[in-house]
Amino acid sequence: MSAELFSVFYQFADVFAFLILSAAGLAIVFGMMGVINMAHGEFIMCGAYVTVGLVNLGVPLPIAQILAALTAGIIGMIVELLIVRRFYKRPLDSLLATWGLSLIVTQSMLLIVGSAVRGIGTPEGSFAIGGYTFSTYRLVLFFCAVAVLAGLYIIFMKTRFGVIARATMQNAAMAKALGARTGRIYSISFGIGTALAGLCGALYAPTMTLIPTMGATFVVESFVTVVIGGANVLLGTAPAAVFLAMIRMALNASYGQIIGQIGMLFAVILIIRVLPEGLSSVLVRRGR
Amino acid sequence: MNSGRIVGMALLGAMLGIAATGSTQAAEPPLKVGLLEDVSGDLAFMGMPKLHGSQLAVEEINKSGGILGRQIELIHLDPQGDNARYQEFGRRLLNRDKVDVLIGGITSASREALRPIVDRTTTPYFYTNQYEGGVCDASMISMGAVPEQQFSTLIPWMVQKFGKKVYVIAADYNFGQISAEWNRKIMKDLGGEVVGEEFIPLGVSQFAQTIQNIQKAKPDWLLTINVGAAQDSFFEQAAAANLNLPMGSSIKIMLGFEHKRFKPPALNNMHATANWFEEIDTPEANDFKKRWHAKFPDELYINDMGYNAYNALYMYKALVEKAKSTKLEDMRKVIATGDACIDAPEGKVCIDPKSQHTSHRMRLISVGPKHEVTVEKDYGTIQPYWLGEIGCDLTKKNDKDQYTPSHLPSKS
Repeated sequence: MSAELFSVFYQFADVFAFLILSAAGLAIVFGMMGVINMAHGEFIMCGAYVTVGLVNLGVPLPIAQILAALTAGIIGMIVELLIVRRFYKRPLDSLLATWGLSLIVTQSMLLIVGSAVRGIGTPEGSFAIGGYTFSTYRLVLFFCAVAVLAGLYIIFMKTRFGVIARATMQNAAMAKALGARTGRIYSISFGIGTALAGLCGALYAPTMTLIPTMGATFVVESFVTVVIGGANVLLGTAPAAVFLAMIRMALNASYGQIIGQIGMLFAVILIIRVLPEGLSSVLVRRGR
Repeated sequence: MNSGRIVGMALLGAMLGIAATGSTQAAEPPLKVGLLEDVSGDLAFMGMPKLHGSQLAVEEINKSGGILGRQIELIHLDPQGDNARYQEFGRRLLNRDKVDVLIGGITSASREALRPIVDRTTTPYFYTNQYEGGVCDASMISMGAVPEQQFSTLIPWMVQKFGKKVYVIAADYNFGQISAEWNRKIMKDLGGEVVGEEFIPLGVSQFAQTIQNIQKAKPDWLLTINVGAAQDSFFEQAAAANLNLPMGSSIKIMLGFEHKRFKPPALNNMHATANWFEEIDTPEANDFKKRWHAKFPDELYINDMGYNAYNALYMYKALVEKAKSTKLEDMRKVIATGDACIDAPEGKVCIDPKSQHTSHRMRLISVGPKHEVTVEKDYGTIQPYWLGEIGCDLTKKNDKDQYTPSHLPSKS
């Protein structure tokens, strides 16, 4: 019985981690900043490729993953400076611009790196409970997801940067009038967002096949989580991930992956219909 | 989302689709070969060897004088795994470019999207993949292996070696569904039991729940007919969770070269029956591999699709030269004689007149813990007999249908 219970927790943790890690970066870039970043998946791909490249050069996996997240963050800040900055007041144009970027990046990776890269293998370690065996690394992913949420909470709620950043997102003109360097705030926030996308790719790189279009497998889940979460990263994305993970886990376990995916997307349609502002609109109102 | 990729596709198409013409000494216009293969998108890693195989064959044939003295002009377009684009490009090649022959398609979904369009023309179409079998269509010539060559050999062997209980993981589209049906039929005939079947939507990459469902069902072995880079993540995740079950497949190793793409021992204990895999060690195969790697030194693996694509052009050459015509009806007269054969790197292969599918020399291969490939059994040449047995006879009647064990021709 305890094996069954643990297995339910493990499956929940697995889906939760996938949703949080793939959505965290987008929650900042899209949820807070309002930039519809169609290249989100490509930042995830960037994190994965940098990780594998560094591991193949002999860098230990955890260090490679941190460096990969930093790389994605720096590239993100450059992209913000060159492209995204010009589109803050034109959200639909930002969609087109980042989409174009995504096409250019996947095609260039295909031409430069090739159609498939050899994987590096998941870190060893599995454990058995009852008749089931589990991969230890999947639990590591879950704890990373929790750590990402905690880190975001500290950055945006407990630091001076976080206060100014939230002020900038709410009313950039007022924040600027009060002396906040809003340009830098936008740049750093976008960088944090893409670094988190890179971290997602870095963490999942050992468990997946690496191809230039791999980001696409994360994009649907990440947009869905952010959209039903609403504008507040902490009060939106996290509950949204818990909610979607429970639905998907339950349906996956009883009816298989197809029904799991259909059911999750169906739940998303319902929520958007009932709560167009996302889950956080309810939670934030309650909190006031 | 996909429609916007047309621009990127057009650029790539322009770069890759440039014809390998060479010097055309002959006064006659070149033969136009239309090729539809994915070299970008989720299946690019499989499609790239298909393009390379076609380019290699065209280059060789052109160097040795072409077909009936005519050079070949290869027109390649990249449909990026999008079935609507397969149809659009198929029409473009058939109606605008007026190609003499159409080759290509990776997934069975793309083939079924193309076939009605081809059927409205008199252009021959070569499908160069192994697949779930059953297409009885006079316009189509199939170069790959089919279930009676792959499943009727593999599944009895797996049952005998590992046990009677199988769990199936299959991609959720016609290939996966019909292959699973074949497995049910063969397992029933063998007195075995299918303890679980899971169909996975394309693009799904997370398998923790599937792995647990498998452990709950306690099968003796797995039939893995999952498709695409995302779904292949199953192997890495199953190995990390220490699932450790024998596996069989009709598409792994020789087609997706997972043993080259994943770190050992993720593919340990995988078995497949194949007409081609790069590890075949015969003088003809080694000579072929040498020519391939000389032209494409970066190729990770020469997969069976790429190999079949290469053979398709030589088969086309043989048919046209025997028929002394590029017309489908004349080529089919040659096929009807039963004498449409080529000496391929695997050995002699022939087209079966009734079904227009190809005979193959089949071998059962297995992957070891260091991802070394061993030949477990050599079945010799196996004919594509199933369609003929159930009543498809293209020399008499063009059914234009795809049959499965549960969808047989109506008795007339």
